[in-house]
Amino acid sequence: MTVNTEKKRRGGFLKREFGDPERRTAYYMVLPALVIILVVAFFPIAYATYLSFTSATVAAPGSFVGFQNYTEMFANEDFREGLVNTTLFTVISVTLEFLIGLGIALAINQAFKGRGLVRAAILVPWAFPTVISAVMWRLMFQDQVGIINYVVNALGIISQPILSDRTLLLIGSIGVDVWKTTPFMALLLLAGLQTISSDVYEAARVDGANVLQRFFRITLPLLKGTILVAVLFRTLDSYRIFDLFWALSNRELESLSTFVYKSVRVSQLLFAQGNAASVFIFVTSFLLALFFIYGLGMQTSTEE
Amino acid sequence: MASATASRGGGRGALSAVLFYVFLTLFVLVSVFPLLWIFKMSIITRSELFQSPPTILPNNPIASEYGQIFGDPAFQQALINSVIISGATTVICLFFGAIAAYAIARLKFGFKGLIMTLILAISFFPGVAIIAPLFIQFSSVGIIDTLASVIITDVVFALPLTVWLLVAFFRELPRDLEEAAKVDGATTIQAFRKVIVPLAAPGVFTTAILTFIFAWNEFLFATTFLLTPDTQPVTVVIPNFASQYTTDYGAQAAAAVVVTVPLVIMVLIFQRRIVSGLTAGAVKG
Repeated sequence: MTVNTEKKRRGGFLKREFGDPERRTAYYMVLPALVIILVVAFFPIAYATYLSFTSATVAAPGSFVGFQNYTEMFANEDFREGLVNTTLFTVISVTLEFLIGLGIALAINQAFKGRGLVRAAILVPWAFPTVISAVMWRLMFQDQVGIINYVVNALGIISQPILSDRTLLLIGSIGVDVWKTTPFMALLLLAGLQTISSDVYEAARVDGANVLQRFFRITLPLLKGTILVAVLFRTLDSYRIFDLFWALSNRELESLSTFVYKSVRVSQLLFAQGNAASVFIFVTSFLLALFFIYGLGMQTSTEE
Repeated sequence: MASATASRGGGRGALSAVLFYVFLTLFVLVSVFPLLWIFKMSIITRSELFQSPPTILPNNPIASEYGQIFGDPAFQQALINSVIISGATTVICLFFGAIAAYAIARLKFGFKGLIMTLILAISFFPGVAIIAPLFIQFSSVGIIDTLASVIITDVVFALPLTVWLLVAFFRELPRDLEEAAKVDGATTIQAFRKVIVPLAAPGVFTTAILTFIFAWNEFLFATTFLLTPDTQPVTVVIPNFASQYTTDYGAQAAAAVVVTVPLVIMVLIFQRRIVSGLTAGAVKG
Protein backbone atom coordinates (compact mmCIF):
# COMPACT_ATOMS: atom_id res chain seq x y z
CA MET A 1 0.00 0.00 0.00
CA THR A 2 1.17 3.46 -0.87
CA VAL A 3 0.01 4.92 2.44
CA ASN A 4 2.77 3.19 4.42
CA THR A 5 5.62 4.72 2.47
CA GLU A 6 4.03 8.13 2.63
CA LYS A 7 3.67 8.04 6.38
CA LYS A 8 7.42 8.26 6.73
CA ARG A 9 7.30 11.73 5.27
CA ARG A 10 4.29 12.84 7.17
CA GLY A 11 5.23 16.50 7.21
CA GLY A 12 4.68 16.92 3.51
CA PHE A 13 1.77 14.46 3.22
CA LEU A 14 -1.13 16.85 2.72
CA LYS A 15 0.93 19.11 0.52
CA ARG A 16 2.00 16.13 -1.51
CA GLU A 17 -1.54 14.78 -1.80
CA PHE A 18 -3.19 18.00 -2.87
CA GLY A 19 -0.28 19.84 -4.46
CA ASP A 20 0.45 17.24 -7.12
CA PRO A 21 -1.75 17.76 -10.22
CA GLU A 22 -2.27 14.05 -10.91
CA ARG A 23 -3.30 13.37 -7.34
CA ARG A 24 -5.56 16.39 -7.35
CA THR A 25 -7.26 15.10 -10.50
CA ALA A 26 -7.75 11.75 -8.78
CA TYR A 27 -9.52 13.41 -5.86
CA TYR A 28 -11.76 15.39 -8.20
CA MET A 29 -12.64 12.14 -9.93
CA VAL A 30 -13.67 10.21 -6.80
CA LEU A 31 -15.29 13.21 -5.12
CA PRO A 32 -18.74 13.14 -6.79
CA ALA A 33 -19.32 9.45 -6.01
CA LEU A 34 -18.07 9.96 -2.48
CA VAL A 35 -20.22 13.02 -1.84
CA ILE A 36 -23.39 11.26 -3.03
CA ILE A 37 -22.66 8.32 -0.76
CA LEU A 38 -21.89 10.47 2.26
CA VAL A 39 -24.92 12.73 1.81
CA VAL A 40 -27.50 10.07 0.98
CA ALA A 41 -26.32 7.19 3.18
CA PHE A 42 -23.99 8.25 5.98
CA PHE A 43 -25.56 11.54 6.92
CA PRO A 44 -29.05 9.94 7.24
CA ILE A 45 -27.74 7.18 9.50
CA ALA A 46 -26.26 9.84 11.77
CA TYR A 47 -29.62 11.61 11.70
CA ALA A 48 -31.46 8.35 12.46
CA THR A 49 -29.15 7.82 15.43
CA TYR A 50 -29.99 11.29 16.70
CA LEU A 51 -33.74 10.68 16.19
CA SER A 52 -33.51 7.37 18.06
CA PHE A 53 -32.55 9.26 21.24
CA THR A 54 -35.45 11.71 21.01
CA SER A 55 -39.22 11.51 21.19
CA ALA A 56 -39.55 13.00 17.69
CA THR A 57 -42.40 11.99 15.40
CA VAL A 58 -42.36 12.16 11.62
CA ALA A 59 -43.97 15.61 11.78
CA ALA A 60 -42.67 17.18 14.99
CA PRO A 61 -39.27 17.38 16.70
CA GLY A 62 -39.06 15.92 20.19
CA SER A 63 -36.94 16.11 23.30
CA PHE A 64 -33.98 13.99 24.34
CA VAL A 65 -35.13 10.76 26.00
CA GLY A 66 -31.87 8.79 26.34
CA PHE A 67 -32.16 5.07 25.76
CA GLN A 68 -35.92 4.96 26.38
CA ASN A 69 -36.74 4.13 22.74
CA TYR A 70 -34.30 1.23 22.86
CA THR A 71 -35.68 -0.26 26.07
CA GLU A 72 -39.24 0.10 24.76
CA MET A 73 -38.17 -1.44 21.47
CA PHE A 74 -36.73 -4.52 23.19
CA ALA A 75 -39.92 -4.81 25.21
CA ASN A 76 -42.02 -4.63 22.03
CA GLU A 77 -43.35 -8.03 21.05
CA ASP A 78 -43.36 -7.24 17.32
CA PHE A 79 -39.71 -6.25 17.43
CA ARG A 80 -38.77 -9.42 19.28
CA GLU A 81 -40.71 -11.51 16.80
CA GLY A 82 -38.92 -9.71 13.96
CA LEU A 83 -35.56 -10.33 15.60
CA VAL A 84 -36.26 -14.04 16.08
CA ASN A 85 -37.63 -14.47 12.54
CA THR A 86 -34.73 -12.56 10.99
CA THR A 87 -32.15 -14.57 12.92
CA LEU A 88 -33.75 -17.93 12.10
CA PHE A 89 -34.23 -16.93 8.48
CA THR A 90 -30.63 -15.74 8.09
CA VAL A 91 -28.95 -18.69 9.80
CA ILE A 92 -31.04 -21.40 8.14
CA SER A 93 -31.19 -20.00 4.63
CA VAL A 94 -27.52 -19.03 4.43
CA THR A 95 -26.46 -22.45 5.76
CA LEU A 96 -28.64 -24.26 3.24
CA GLU A 97 -27.56 -21.99 0.40
CA PHE A 98 -23.93 -22.54 1.21
CA LEU A 99 -24.16 -26.34 1.46
CA ILE A 100 -26.33 -26.84 -1.63
CA GLY A 101 -24.43 -24.14 -3.53
CA LEU A 102 -21.11 -25.82 -2.80
CA GLY A 103 -22.49 -29.17 -3.98
CA ILE A 104 -23.71 -27.66 -7.23
CA ALA A 105 -20.47 -25.74 -7.77
CA LEU A 106 -18.43 -28.92 -7.32
CA ALA A 107 -20.72 -30.70 -9.81
CA ILE A 108 -20.59 -27.97 -12.45
CA ASN A 109 -16.82 -27.66 -12.07
CA GLN A 110 -16.59 -30.81 -14.19
CA ALA A 111 -16.65 -30.41 -17.95
CA PHE A 112 -19.81 -32.04 -19.28
CA LYS A 113 -22.32 -31.72 -22.07
CA GLY A 114 -24.95 -29.09 -21.37
CA ARG A 115 -22.80 -27.12 -18.94
CA GLY A 116 -23.79 -23.86 -20.62
CA LEU A 117 -27.45 -24.72 -20.20
CA VAL A 118 -27.00 -25.36 -16.50
CA ARG A 119 -25.12 -22.10 -16.05
CA ALA A 120 -27.92 -20.26 -17.82
CA ALA A 121 -30.61 -21.94 -15.72
CA ILE A 122 -28.71 -20.80 -12.64
CA LEU A 123 -29.26 -17.18 -13.59
CA VAL A 124 -33.01 -17.41 -14.08
CA PRO A 125 -34.06 -17.19 -10.41
CA TRP A 126 -31.36 -14.61 -9.79
CA ALA A 127 -32.84 -12.31 -12.46
CA PHE A 128 -36.28 -12.24 -10.82
CA PRO A 129 -37.01 -9.17 -8.75
CA THR A 130 -37.33 -10.55 -5.19
CA VAL A 131 -40.71 -9.01 -4.67
CA ILE A 132 -42.02 -10.48 -7.93
CA SER A 133 -40.73 -13.92 -7.01
CA ALA A 134 -42.54 -13.48 -3.70
CA VAL A 135 -45.78 -12.73 -5.58
CA MET A 136 -45.22 -15.78 -7.80
CA TRP A 137 -44.57 -18.11 -4.90
CA ARG A 138 -47.53 -16.68 -3.00
CA LEU A 139 -49.69 -17.76 -5.95
CA MET A 140 -48.17 -21.24 -5.71
CA PHE A 141 -48.73 -21.35 -1.93
CA GLN A 142 -52.32 -20.12 -2.29
CA ASP A 143 -54.88 -22.60 -0.97
CA GLN A 144 -57.32 -22.63 -3.92
CA VAL A 145 -55.02 -22.48 -6.94
CA GLY A 146 -51.55 -23.06 -5.49
CA ILE A 147 -49.65 -26.05 -6.79
CA ILE A 148 -47.22 -26.28 -3.85
CA ASN A 149 -50.04 -26.04 -1.33
CA TYR A 150 -51.89 -28.77 -3.25
CA VAL A 151 -48.88 -31.08 -3.41
CA VAL A 152 -47.76 -30.80 0.22
CA ASN A 153 -51.34 -31.30 1.39
CA ALA A 154 -51.91 -34.22 -0.96
CA LEU A 155 -48.71 -35.86 0.25
CA GLY A 156 -49.87 -35.37 3.82
CA ILE A 157 -46.83 -33.28 4.79
CA ILE A 158 -49.05 -30.56 6.21
CA SER A 159 -52.76 -30.45 6.88
CA GLN A 160 -53.58 -26.75 6.68
CA PRO A 161 -53.14 -23.99 4.06
CA ILE A 162 -49.55 -22.68 3.97
CA LEU A 163 -50.61 -19.04 3.98
CA SER A 164 -52.67 -19.47 7.15
CA ASP A 165 -49.75 -20.23 9.44
CA ARG A 166 -46.77 -18.03 10.31
CA THR A 167 -44.40 -20.92 10.94
CA LEU A 168 -45.25 -22.37 7.54
CA LEU A 169 -44.81 -18.91 6.02
CA LEU A 170 -41.37 -18.62 7.56
CA ILE A 171 -40.42 -22.05 6.23
CA GLY A 172 -41.85 -21.04 2.86
CA SER A 173 -39.82 -17.82 2.85
CA ILE A 174 -36.66 -19.76 3.60
CA GLY A 175 -37.53 -22.09 0.72
CA VAL A 176 -38.06 -19.20 -1.68
CA ASP A 177 -34.82 -17.54 -0.62
CA VAL A 178 -32.89 -20.78 -1.05
CA TRP A 179 -34.47 -21.24 -4.48
CA LYS A 180 -33.61 -17.71 -5.51
CA THR A 181 -30.06 -17.33 -4.26
CA THR A 182 -28.49 -20.80 -4.03
CA PRO A 183 -27.68 -20.72 -7.76
CA PHE A 184 -25.96 -17.39 -7.30
CA MET A 185 -23.95 -18.75 -4.38
CA ALA A 186 -23.02 -21.73 -6.58
CA LEU A 187 -21.83 -19.38 -9.29
CA LEU A 188 -19.53 -17.47 -6.93
CA LEU A 189 -18.13 -20.69 -5.47
CA LEU A 190 -17.65 -22.10 -8.97
CA ALA A 191 -15.61 -19.05 -9.94
CA GLY A 192 -13.49 -19.62 -6.84
CA LEU A 193 -13.04 -23.31 -7.66
CA GLN A 194 -11.82 -22.44 -11.13
CA THR A 195 -8.98 -20.35 -9.74
CA ILE A 196 -7.53 -23.41 -7.98
CA SER A 197 -4.82 -24.90 -10.19
CA SER A 198 -5.25 -28.56 -11.07
CA ASP A 199 -1.53 -29.12 -10.38
CA VAL A 200 -2.25 -28.97 -6.67
CA TYR A 201 -4.72 -31.83 -7.01
CA GLU A 202 -2.33 -33.85 -9.16
CA ALA A 203 0.40 -33.49 -6.56
CA ALA A 204 -1.97 -34.53 -3.78
CA ARG A 205 -3.12 -37.53 -5.76
CA VAL A 206 0.45 -38.61 -6.37
CA ASP A 207 0.98 -38.39 -2.63
CA GLY A 208 -1.99 -40.73 -2.16
CA ALA A 209 -4.65 -38.32 -0.84
CA ASN A 210 -8.20 -39.61 -1.31
CA VAL A 211 -11.23 -37.61 -2.42
CA LEU A 212 -12.21 -36.49 1.08
CA GLN A 213 -8.66 -35.56 2.03
CA ARG A 214 -8.30 -33.55 -1.16
CA PHE A 215 -11.57 -31.79 -0.42
CA PHE A 216 -10.79 -30.89 3.19
CA ARG A 217 -7.06 -30.23 2.82
CA ILE A 218 -7.03 -28.47 -0.57
CA THR A 219 -10.41 -27.35 -1.83
CA LEU A 220 -11.81 -25.87 1.38
CA PRO A 221 -8.67 -23.97 2.49
CA LEU A 222 -8.03 -22.56 -1.00
CA LEU A 223 -11.69 -21.65 -1.36
CA LYS A 224 -11.83 -19.91 2.03
CA GLY A 225 -11.60 -16.38 0.61
CA THR A 226 -14.42 -16.92 -1.86
CA ILE A 227 -16.56 -18.67 0.73
CA LEU A 228 -16.21 -15.80 3.20
CA VAL A 229 -17.10 -13.18 0.59
CA ALA A 230 -20.12 -15.15 -0.65
CA VAL A 231 -21.39 -16.04 2.83
CA LEU A 232 -20.94 -12.49 4.15
CA PHE A 233 -22.85 -10.98 1.24
CA ARG A 234 -25.66 -13.50 1.61
CA THR A 235 -25.75 -13.11 5.41
CA LEU A 236 -26.12 -9.34 5.29
CA ASP A 237 -28.66 -9.65 2.49
CA SER A 238 -30.80 -12.10 4.46
CA TYR A 239 -30.39 -10.09 7.62
CA ARG A 240 -32.09 -7.07 6.04
CA ILE A 241 -34.88 -9.17 4.51
CA PHE A 242 -37.88 -7.02 3.70
CA ASP A 243 -39.54 -7.48 0.32
CA LEU A 244 -39.76 -11.27 0.44
CA PHE A 245 -41.56 -11.30 3.81
CA TRP A 246 -43.66 -8.28 2.88
CA ALA A 247 -45.08 -9.66 -0.35
CA LEU A 248 -45.08 -13.38 0.43
CA SER A 249 -46.94 -13.14 3.73
CA ASN A 250 -49.02 -10.11 2.77
CA ARG A 251 -47.42 -8.06 5.58
CA GLU A 252 -47.97 -10.63 8.30
CA LEU A 253 -44.51 -12.10 8.77
CA GLU A 254 -42.35 -9.78 10.85
CA SER A 255 -38.65 -9.15 10.25
CA LEU A 256 -36.41 -6.41 11.64
CA SER A 257 -36.82 -4.47 8.41
CA THR A 258 -40.60 -4.85 8.24
CA PHE A 259 -40.70 -3.65 11.86
CA VAL A 260 -38.79 -0.50 10.90
CA TYR A 261 -40.94 0.03 7.82
CA LYS A 262 -44.22 -0.39 9.68
CA SER A 263 -43.06 1.85 12.53
CA VAL A 264 -41.80 4.77 10.47
CA ARG A 265 -43.91 4.57 7.34
CA VAL A 266 -47.16 2.68 7.84
CA SER A 267 -48.49 3.55 11.26
CA GLN A 268 -45.85 6.15 12.23
CA LEU A 269 -47.00 5.73 15.80
CA LEU A 270 -43.74 4.06 16.70
CA PHE A 271 -41.55 6.48 14.77
CA ALA A 272 -38.96 6.81 17.55
CA GLN A 273 -38.78 3.06 18.15
CA GLY A 274 -38.50 2.55 14.42
CA ASN A 275 -35.42 4.75 14.38
CA ALA A 276 -33.97 2.83 17.30
CA ALA A 277 -34.53 -0.37 15.31
CA SER A 278 -32.84 1.24 12.30
CA VAL A 279 -29.77 1.93 14.38
CA PHE A 280 -29.92 -1.59 15.79
CA ILE A 281 -29.92 -3.08 12.27
CA PHE A 282 -27.11 -0.81 11.16
CA VAL A 283 -24.88 -1.54 14.16
CA THR A 284 -25.47 -5.30 14.11
CA SER A 285 -24.84 -5.47 10.33
CA PHE A 286 -21.63 -3.54 10.86
CA LEU A 287 -20.56 -5.92 13.63
CA LEU A 288 -21.34 -8.91 11.40
CA ALA A 289 -19.18 -7.48 8.62
CA LEU A 290 -16.36 -6.75 11.10
CA PHE A 291 -16.60 -10.31 12.41
CA PHE A 292 -16.16 -11.71 8.90
CA ILE A 293 -13.37 -9.35 7.94
CA TYR A 294 -11.31 -9.41 11.15
CA GLY A 295 -12.64 -12.43 13.04
CA LEU A 296 -12.57 -14.84 10.12
CA GLY A 297 -9.79 -13.14 8.18
CA MET A 298 -11.68 -12.13 5.06
CA GLN A 299 -9.73 -10.13 2.52
CA THR A 300 -11.56 -7.04 1.34
CA SER A 301 -9.29 -6.60 -1.70
CA THR A 302 -8.94 -2.88 -1.15
CA GLU A 303 -5.23 -3.60 -1.38
CA GLU A 304 -3.79 -3.61 -4.84
CA MET B 1 -8.77 -25.03 -16.40
CA ALA B 2 -12.20 -26.60 -16.59
CA SER B 3 -11.10 -29.42 -18.84
CA ALA B 4 -8.15 -30.18 -16.60
CA THR B 5 -10.33 -30.51 -13.53
CA ALA B 6 -12.77 -32.66 -15.45
CA SER B 7 -10.14 -35.30 -16.13
CA ARG B 8 -10.28 -36.08 -12.41
CA GLY B 9 -13.70 -37.59 -12.90
CA GLY B 10 -12.59 -39.65 -15.89
CA GLY B 11 -13.08 -43.03 -14.23
CA ARG B 12 -16.74 -42.54 -13.37
CA GLY B 13 -19.04 -45.42 -14.11
CA ALA B 14 -22.19 -45.25 -16.17
CA LEU B 15 -24.41 -45.29 -13.09
CA SER B 16 -22.78 -42.29 -11.46
CA ALA B 17 -22.88 -40.46 -14.79
CA VAL B 18 -26.64 -41.04 -14.90
CA LEU B 19 -27.04 -39.88 -11.30
CA PHE B 20 -24.98 -36.81 -12.09
CA TYR B 21 -27.31 -35.87 -14.94
CA VAL B 22 -30.41 -36.64 -12.90
CA PHE B 23 -29.13 -34.29 -10.19
CA LEU B 24 -28.41 -31.54 -12.70
CA THR B 25 -31.72 -31.98 -14.51
CA LEU B 26 -33.52 -31.73 -11.20
CA PHE B 27 -31.61 -28.57 -10.36
CA VAL B 28 -32.41 -26.96 -13.73
CA LEU B 29 -36.09 -27.93 -13.39
CA VAL B 30 -36.36 -26.48 -9.89
CA SER B 31 -34.72 -23.26 -11.10
CA VAL B 32 -37.10 -22.63 -13.97
CA PHE B 33 -40.23 -24.35 -12.65
CA PRO B 34 -41.92 -21.33 -10.99
CA LEU B 35 -41.65 -19.24 -14.15
CA LEU B 36 -43.11 -22.02 -16.30
CA TRP B 37 -45.89 -22.72 -13.82
CA ILE B 38 -46.85 -19.07 -13.40
CA PHE B 39 -46.84 -18.71 -17.18
CA LYS B 40 -49.22 -21.66 -17.35
CA MET B 41 -51.46 -20.06 -14.70
CA SER B 42 -51.59 -16.89 -16.78
CA ILE B 43 -52.93 -18.57 -19.93
CA ILE B 44 -55.55 -20.97 -18.56
CA THR B 45 -59.24 -20.37 -18.10
CA ARG B 46 -60.65 -19.49 -14.73
CA SER B 47 -62.41 -22.83 -14.29
CA GLU B 48 -59.23 -24.69 -15.16
CA LEU B 49 -57.31 -22.54 -12.70
CA PHE B 50 -59.50 -23.71 -9.83
CA GLN B 51 -59.52 -27.33 -10.95
CA SER B 52 -58.28 -29.91 -8.45
CA PRO B 53 -55.98 -31.72 -8.99
CA PRO B 54 -54.27 -29.04 -11.09
CA THR B 55 -53.66 -29.75 -14.76
CA ILE B 56 -50.07 -30.04 -15.91
CA LEU B 57 -50.54 -28.56 -19.38
CA PRO B 58 -53.12 -25.94 -20.37
CA ASN B 59 -56.17 -27.51 -22.09
CA ASN B 60 -57.34 -24.41 -23.78
CA PRO B 61 -54.80 -21.55 -23.72
CA ILE B 62 -56.16 -17.99 -23.63
CA ALA B 63 -54.48 -14.59 -23.74
CA SER B 64 -57.22 -12.52 -22.15
CA GLU B 65 -55.32 -11.98 -18.87
CA TYR B 66 -52.55 -10.30 -20.82
CA GLY B 67 -55.08 -8.15 -22.61
CA GLN B 68 -56.46 -7.12 -19.25
CA ILE B 69 -53.19 -6.07 -17.62
CA PHE B 70 -51.78 -4.37 -20.72
CA GLY B 71 -55.08 -2.52 -21.02
CA ASP B 72 -54.71 -1.29 -17.45
CA PRO B 73 -53.27 2.28 -17.60
CA ALA B 74 -51.78 1.85 -14.11
CA PHE B 75 -49.74 -1.09 -15.34
CA GLN B 76 -48.57 0.72 -18.47
CA GLN B 77 -47.50 3.67 -16.35
CA ALA B 78 -45.67 1.33 -13.95
CA LEU B 79 -43.67 -0.19 -16.80
CA ILE B 80 -42.71 3.26 -18.06
CA ASN B 81 -41.71 4.33 -14.54
CA SER B 82 -39.55 1.24 -14.12
CA VAL B 83 -37.76 1.94 -17.39
CA ILE B 84 -37.14 5.58 -16.47
CA ILE B 85 -35.91 4.79 -12.94
CA SER B 86 -33.61 1.96 -14.06
CA GLY B 87 -32.35 3.81 -17.13
CA ALA B 88 -31.57 7.02 -15.26
CA THR B 89 -29.93 5.11 -12.39
CA THR B 90 -27.75 3.21 -14.85
CA VAL B 91 -26.62 6.31 -16.74
CA ILE B 92 -25.84 8.31 -13.59
CA CYS B 93 -24.07 5.39 -11.91
CA LEU B 94 -21.94 4.72 -14.96
CA PHE B 95 -20.98 8.36 -15.29
CA PHE B 96 -19.86 8.93 -11.69
CA GLY B 97 -18.78 5.32 -11.25
CA ALA B 98 -16.53 5.31 -14.31
CA ILE B 99 -14.76 8.51 -13.31
CA ALA B 100 -14.19 7.30 -9.76
CA ALA B 101 -13.18 3.80 -10.87
CA TYR B 102 -10.63 5.15 -13.32
CA ALA B 103 -8.98 7.21 -10.59
CA ILE B 104 -8.94 4.22 -8.26
CA ALA B 105 -7.63 1.81 -10.88
CA ARG B 106 -4.98 4.05 -12.40
CA LEU B 107 -4.02 7.13 -10.42
CA LYS B 108 -1.95 7.34 -7.28
CA PHE B 109 -3.41 9.02 -4.24
CA GLY B 110 -3.30 8.64 -0.50
CA PHE B 111 -6.79 7.80 0.71
CA LYS B 112 -7.52 5.08 -1.82
CA GLY B 113 -7.96 2.28 0.74
CA LEU B 114 -10.24 4.40 2.88
CA ILE B 115 -12.36 5.44 -0.10
CA MET B 116 -12.70 1.87 -1.37
CA THR B 117 -13.69 0.73 2.13
CA LEU B 118 -16.34 3.47 2.34
CA ILE B 119 -17.73 2.43 -1.02
CA LEU B 120 -17.69 -1.24 -0.01
CA ALA B 121 -19.43 -0.35 3.25
CA ILE B 122 -22.43 0.83 1.24
CA SER B 123 -23.02 -2.63 -0.16
CA PHE B 124 -23.27 -3.87 3.43
CA PHE B 125 -25.50 -0.98 4.39
CA PRO B 126 -29.08 -1.82 5.45
CA GLY B 127 -31.19 0.50 3.30
CA VAL B 128 -34.11 0.27 5.69
CA ALA B 129 -32.02 2.03 8.35
CA ILE B 130 -32.16 5.34 6.51
CA ILE B 131 -35.69 5.44 5.12
CA ALA B 132 -37.05 7.52 8.00
CA PRO B 133 -34.46 10.33 7.91
CA LEU B 134 -34.42 10.30 4.10
CA PHE B 135 -38.20 10.58 4.02
CA ILE B 136 -38.01 13.67 6.22
CA GLN B 137 -35.19 15.18 4.17
CA PHE B 138 -36.80 14.39 0.82
CA SER B 139 -40.07 15.88 2.06
CA SER B 140 -38.34 19.07 3.09
CA VAL B 141 -36.82 19.51 -0.37
CA GLY B 142 -40.09 18.49 -2.00
CA ILE B 143 -39.03 15.43 -3.98
CA ILE B 144 -41.18 12.83 -2.23
CA ASP B 145 -43.35 11.01 -4.78
CA THR B 146 -41.09 12.02 -7.65
CA LEU B 147 -38.93 9.58 -9.59
CA ALA B 148 -35.91 11.65 -8.52
CA SER B 149 -36.18 10.46 -4.91
CA VAL B 150 -35.81 6.82 -5.93
CA ILE B 151 -33.22 7.48 -8.62
CA ILE B 152 -31.00 9.24 -6.06
CA THR B 153 -31.20 6.43 -3.51
CA ASP B 154 -30.84 3.71 -6.17
CA VAL B 155 -27.73 5.46 -7.48
CA VAL B 156 -26.14 5.43 -4.03
CA PHE B 157 -26.84 1.75 -3.47
CA ALA B 158 -25.87 0.67 -6.99
CA LEU B 159 -22.64 2.71 -7.00
CA PRO B 160 -20.54 0.18 -5.06
CA LEU B 161 -21.35 -2.51 -7.61
CA THR B 162 -20.62 -0.13 -10.50
CA VAL B 163 -17.34 1.11 -9.03
CA TRP B 164 -16.05 -2.32 -8.03
CA LEU B 165 -16.85 -3.86 -11.40
CA LEU B 166 -15.33 -0.98 -13.34
CA VAL B 167 -12.19 -0.97 -11.20
CA ALA B 168 -11.79 -4.69 -11.96
CA PHE B 169 -12.30 -4.09 -15.69
CA PHE B 170 -10.07 -1.01 -15.89
CA ARG B 171 -7.22 -2.81 -14.15
CA GLU B 172 -7.19 -5.42 -16.87
CA LEU B 173 -6.59 -2.85 -19.61
CA PRO B 174 -3.02 -2.33 -20.85
CA ARG B 175 -1.38 0.77 -19.42
CA ASP B 176 0.84 1.42 -22.45
CA LEU B 177 -1.86 2.92 -24.61
CA GLU B 178 -2.90 5.69 -22.31
CA GLU B 179 0.71 6.38 -21.42
CA ALA B 180 1.39 6.80 -25.14
CA ALA B 181 -1.55 9.19 -25.32
CA LYS B 182 -0.13 11.19 -22.42
CA VAL B 183 3.28 11.35 -24.09
CA ASP B 184 1.48 12.73 -27.13
CA GLY B 185 0.21 15.53 -24.92
CA ALA B 186 -3.20 14.31 -23.77
CA THR B 187 -4.33 15.26 -20.27
CA THR B 188 -5.46 12.61 -17.77
CA ILE B 189 -9.07 13.31 -18.60
CA GLN B 190 -8.44 13.10 -22.36
CA ALA B 191 -6.52 9.85 -21.98
CA PHE B 192 -9.44 8.50 -19.99
CA ARG B 193 -12.07 9.59 -22.49
CA LYS B 194 -10.33 8.80 -25.75
CA VAL B 195 -8.41 5.67 -24.83
CA ILE B 196 -9.85 3.95 -21.80
CA VAL B 197 -13.56 4.40 -22.39
CA PRO B 198 -13.60 2.75 -25.86
CA LEU B 199 -11.29 -0.05 -24.74
CA ALA B 200 -13.34 -0.68 -21.66
CA ALA B 201 -16.64 -0.70 -23.57
CA PRO B 202 -17.39 -4.42 -23.04
CA GLY B 203 -16.79 -4.14 -19.30
CA VAL B 204 -18.81 -0.94 -19.12
CA PHE B 205 -21.64 -2.66 -20.98
CA THR B 206 -21.63 -5.58 -18.52
CA THR B 207 -21.67 -3.12 -15.63
CA ALA B 208 -24.58 -1.29 -17.24
CA ILE B 209 -26.65 -4.48 -17.48
CA LEU B 210 -26.00 -5.38 -13.85
CA THR B 211 -26.76 -1.87 -12.62
CA PHE B 212 -29.97 -1.80 -14.67
CA ILE B 213 -31.11 -5.14 -13.21
CA PHE B 214 -30.31 -3.90 -9.71
CA ALA B 215 -32.45 -0.78 -10.18
CA TRP B 216 -35.24 -2.70 -11.92
CA ASN B 217 -35.46 -5.11 -8.97
CA GLU B 218 -35.33 -2.51 -6.21
CA PHE B 219 -38.41 -2.40 -4.03
CA LEU B 220 -37.80 -0.85 -0.59
CA PHE B 221 -37.03 2.74 -1.63
CA ALA B 222 -39.65 2.72 -4.35
CA THR B 223 -42.36 1.63 -1.94
CA THR B 224 -41.17 4.14 0.67
CA PHE B 225 -40.85 7.29 -1.43
CA LEU B 226 -43.37 6.76 -4.23
CA LEU B 227 -46.89 7.17 -2.96
CA THR B 228 -49.11 7.32 -6.04
CA PRO B 229 -49.62 4.95 -9.00
CA ASP B 230 -48.38 7.71 -11.33
CA THR B 231 -44.83 7.32 -10.05
CA GLN B 232 -44.64 3.72 -8.85
CA PRO B 233 -42.57 1.13 -10.76
CA VAL B 234 -43.70 -2.45 -11.45
CA THR B 235 -42.07 -3.86 -8.33
CA VAL B 236 -44.42 -1.74 -6.22
CA VAL B 237 -47.50 -1.99 -8.43
CA ILE B 238 -47.54 -5.77 -8.83
CA PRO B 239 -47.81 -6.69 -5.14
CA ASN B 240 -50.61 -4.08 -4.98
CA PHE B 241 -52.14 -5.77 -8.01
CA ALA B 242 -52.30 -8.85 -5.85
CA SER B 243 -54.57 -7.06 -3.39
CA GLN B 244 -56.42 -5.11 -6.06
CA TYR B 245 -57.38 -8.15 -8.14
CA THR B 246 -57.79 -10.25 -5.02
CA THR B 247 -59.11 -13.36 -6.64
CA ASP B 248 -57.95 -12.70 -10.19
CA TYR B 249 -54.97 -14.99 -9.87
CA GLY B 250 -54.61 -15.19 -13.64
CA ALA B 251 -54.03 -11.43 -13.91
CA GLN B 252 -51.50 -11.53 -11.07
CA ALA B 253 -49.66 -14.36 -12.81
CA ALA B 254 -49.68 -12.52 -16.14
CA ALA B 255 -48.29 -9.38 -14.51
CA ALA B 256 -45.48 -11.35 -12.86
CA VAL B 257 -44.61 -12.99 -16.18
CA VAL B 258 -44.54 -9.67 -18.05
CA VAL B 259 -42.03 -8.22 -15.60
CA THR B 260 -39.86 -11.30 -15.36
CA VAL B 261 -39.58 -12.53 -18.94
CA PRO B 262 -37.71 -9.54 -20.41
CA LEU B 263 -35.16 -9.81 -17.59
CA VAL B 264 -34.76 -13.53 -18.09
CA ILE B 265 -34.26 -13.08 -21.84
CA MET B 266 -31.72 -10.32 -21.26
CA VAL B 267 -29.87 -12.44 -18.73
CA LEU B 268 -29.79 -15.44 -21.04
CA ILE B 269 -28.49 -13.39 -23.99
CA PHE B 270 -25.73 -11.77 -21.96
CA GLN B 271 -25.13 -14.83 -19.79
CA ARG B 272 -21.38 -14.97 -20.25
CA ARG B 273 -20.83 -11.29 -19.54
CA ILE B 274 -23.06 -11.35 -16.50
CA VAL B 275 -21.29 -14.34 -15.00
CA SER B 276 -17.89 -12.77 -15.56
CA GLY B 277 -19.10 -9.47 -14.13
CA LEU B 278 -20.67 -10.99 -11.03
CA THR B 279 -17.63 -13.03 -10.25
CA ALA B 280 -15.02 -10.39 -11.16
CA GLY B 281 -15.23 -8.52 -7.89
CA ALA B 282 -16.10 -11.37 -5.57
CA VAL B 283 -13.40 -13.89 -6.35
CA LYS B 284 -10.35 -11.67 -6.33
CA GLY B 285 -10.53 -11.43 -2.54
